[in-house]
Amino acid sequence: MPDLLAARSQMGVSLAFHIVFAVIGIAMPLMMVVAERRWQVTGHAIYLDLAKRWAKGTAILFAVGAVSGTVLSFELGLLWPGFMQFAGAIIGMPFSLEGFAFFTEAIFLGIYLYGWDRISRRAHLWAGVAVAVSGAASGVFVVIANAWMNAPTGFDLVTGQAVNVDPIAAMGNAAALSQTLHMTLAAYAATGFAVAGIHASLLLKDPANAFHRRALGIALLVGGPAAVLQPISGDLSARHLAVHQPVKLAAAEALFRTRAGAPLSLGGWPDMAARQTRFAVEIPYGLSLLAFHDPRAEVLGLDAVSPDEWPNVPAVHLSFQVMVALGTYLAVVALWAGCLAWRRADLAHQRWLMRAIALATPLGFLAVEAGWMVTELGRQPWVIYGVLKTRDAVTPMPGLVVPFLTFTLLYCFLGVIVVWLLYRQIIRSPAVPEWRGFYMPGGGKRDAGGQA
Amino acid sequence: MSLPDVLAGIIFLALNAYALLGGADFGGGVWDLMARGPRKERQRELIADAIGPVWEANHVWLILAVVLLFTAFPPAFARLGTLLHIPLSLVLIGIVLRGSAFTFWRYGSHGDEEQRHWGVTFAVASLITPLLLGTTAGAIAAGAVGDGGATREGFYGTYVAPWLTPFTLSVGLFALIAFAFLAAVYLTFEASERELREDFRRRALGAGVALFVAAALALFLSRAHAPLVRDALIFAAWAVPLHLLTGAAALAALAALWFRRWRLARVAAAAQVSLILWGWALSQHPYILPPDLTIAAAAAPAVTLRLALGALALGAVVLLPSLYYLFRVFKGSRRPVVPHDA
Ligand code: HDD
Ligand code: HEM
Ligand code: HEM
Repeated sequence: MPDLLAARSQMGVSLAFHIVFAVIGIAMPLMMVVAERRWQVTGHAIYLDLAKRWAKGTAILFAVGAVSGTVLSFELGLLWPGFMQFAGAIIGMPFSLEGFAFFTEAIFLGIYLYGWDRISRRAHLWAGVAVAVSGAASGVFVVIANAWMNAPTGFDLVTGQAVNVDPIAAMGNAAALSQTLHMTLAAYAATGFAVAGIHASLLLKDPANAFHRRALGIALLVGGPAAVLQPISGDLSARHLAVHQPVKLAAAEALFRTRAGAPLSLGGWPDMAARQTRFAVEIPYGLSLLAFHDPRAEVLGLDAVSPDEWPNVPAVHLSFQVMVALGTYLAVVALWAGCLAWRRADLAHQRWLMRAIALATPLGFLAVEAGWMVTELGRQPWVIYGVLKTRDAVTPMPGLVVPFLTFTLLYCFLGVIVVWLLYRQIIRSPAVPEWRGFYMPGGGKRDAGGQA
Repeated sequence: MSLPDVLAGIIFLALNAYALLGGADFGGGVWDLMARGPRKERQRELIADAIGPVWEANHVWLILAVVLLFTAFPPAFARLGTLLHIPLSLVLIGIVLRGSAFTFWRYGSHGDEEQRHWGVTFAVASLITPLLLGTTAGAIAAGAVGDGGATREGFYGTYVAPWLTPFTLSVGLFALIAFAFLAAVYLTFEASERELREDFRRRALGAGVALFVAAALALFLSRAHAPLVRDALIFAAWAVPLHLLTGAAALAALAALWFRRWRLARVAAAAQVSLILWGWALSQHPYILPPDLTIAAAAAPAVTLRLALGALALGAVVLLPSLYYLFRVFKGSRRPVVPHDA
């Protein structure tokens, strides 16, 4: 395996692993806080139980997120010293702010997880809020750094060196808004649907289980609106690409020729030899409409740059199709559930809806992974778009396949164990007989100090 | 003091905090591995309880140091990542295993065989990671991350030999013992039962003596391998006062342990380890990576440094009260437990 490929693979594996835990770390605290707040308002112990169970799962996931994130921050130097030497001074700023967000998050998570009996109820809830806010903030900061790689600004390039560095301008880069918005929504949509899906599949077996009903409600509350907004925010991203990163959009759409009134290709396979996309369903003018909101607008195709500056077109196109398909599915299911809830239907007894939500369990995460493949693979061969090639950023150390395989194995091992631990927690939860058929008549002050 | 110096100082301060807090968490793992006697399980419980609420926060000091390093001194970060790829990767594996094993151990199901496996993984990773961290620090002090140029040959000569010397290993050993020492001292303070306190008092005294031996060994080996640092540690104007202070802190720590003044022991031990770290920092000033890369030469443009400083000030306003709160809730004097309906 060539060293560059090994380094890219190691970075990709590390990020693909980390992003799962990062996404959970952004959204789970919000759900815990909602559950805890409901407990405090209604006095129903079931919500306290829910908050505590979620907190227990989150503790495991958060720890893995923290250590895999640590690996990443070192890997920037271990694998891409050329990149860091160039970019550190320019985008260090969001990373430093991210560092502070992590700090706040870690401090209040410790208080939240271990402080149930040590601080007042109100302080405990606020600790949860602090975790939720700082988790979202750390995601936003790191994505701003990534957005800069896609739309670099805030410096002048003089003989390969960055001068007149302006870190604030770098943070305000053109991709920052669309990417942070899309990523933050993705975190809530993916986690919300994953949690909703797990509880929905348990409700299929036991629709009266009050524990899962409440959990489903909160998860859909967090995931549903985000999933509905996601296609709109994705459209914003696509329009950003059309202006600032046309090659990435062309690869995502497998558009080989520049043309006015470009169609939108659904599915299909880019035939690289023939330079055309086969078997796609084409919606006339669709791409021009989406990218510029004008059916006649000209959209740049891959032919705008020489083929050695193309990313891996089939991979980017496939990833993009997967993300959009999954995004559409999640949005439709969210709307469906929203309509039923609005008509005050009892969701847990809507078997088809429950099946659809159960099916969605992994889909949000798949969409996140696919979306990042579009972003990262679509930027190739550049690590900093138009400025620094990936191959010029890689470490000179040979034998990179060894660390790549080592870390991949380590992550596989951790992944299996996390899944196993969570699975055990989940299969244990429906066996909580005390919540079966527990409908909770209103107002009853049933406080539970137990269940620690 | 110039702006780059200030930032380098702050990064080192973060590392210092990591050594005192995160280091002690590693040290706790070492004592978990060496738990024995009739109170074996209670020792382990105490260690886990002490680490549980704070390890994530303690761990972030390292991340803060890393992000500040690549923001403020990008060339130094790039060079470290290139030449110390192997030990740093190993440190990372240790960090991953330790952090996740600790959590799996605490949050997995209780009391079975599998639990104990995680305990062991946690403990072994706690042993190996400080060794490698110390080795890395030793390599920097020894000038192994200098621009060796053409003198380095082949894979081994470039990526292994510079950091794998008797001196660097002795620094690794020193770090391991220092962390174990800190942990034992803190645990004497945190234990609520007399017998447990005495267990850790004995361990702390032993580790304190071992720390002297390790320091002497590292100093002896530095003659051949880290002349720059050694000369400064002996001849610089600040050398004698620093050694006196360090010695006083070390003796105070041991005496306080001896006379069972737990709070004083904690302060003195932390001061001792910090002074040793700052001795290292001063001895290689003005170099960030001796023998050739100075702090000034590695520094990012002034605007970046100023912004980083601003961010630090802003962050401190949020962080310091939060940290104070965290430690007050979990590490203060043992307050009666407040039930959550209070
Ligand atoms: C739950 C996850 C999820 C869902 C449902 C969608 N996306 Fe997405 N998408 C992401 C999760 C994601 C992501 C993983 O979060 C990315 C990677 C980088 C980023 O900013 O967001 C992303 C990137 C991304 C990009 C590239 C942005 C760039 O490189 O700057 C585009 C053009 C879209 N998305 C478009 C869409 C459209 C049109 C969707 C319609 C359904 C959609 N996404 C649904
Ligand atoms: C803010 C966050 C991110 C930063 C700073 C970042 C940075 C980098 C860097 C420096 C590289 C190596 C150069 C390259 O191949 O382009 C890289 C590659 C990569 N990243 Fe990202 N990345 C970020 C987010 C993500 C996320 C969340 C994912 C995935 C799920 C991801 C997936 C990848 C992949 C797959 C590669 C390998 C690229 C290839 O093989 O072509 N990235 N990233
Ligand atoms: C888009 C991509 C990313 C997002 C959204 C993201 C978000 C997060 C979040 C929310 C956390 C909190 C911990 C958790 O929830 O488990 C976290 C942890 C962490 N991330 Fe990422 N991250 C991303 C990519 C990166 C990259 C590229 C780096 C490296 C430079 C990184 C470094 C870290 C570190 C060091 C931690 C540990 C913090 C701690 O100890 O609390 N992350 N990340």
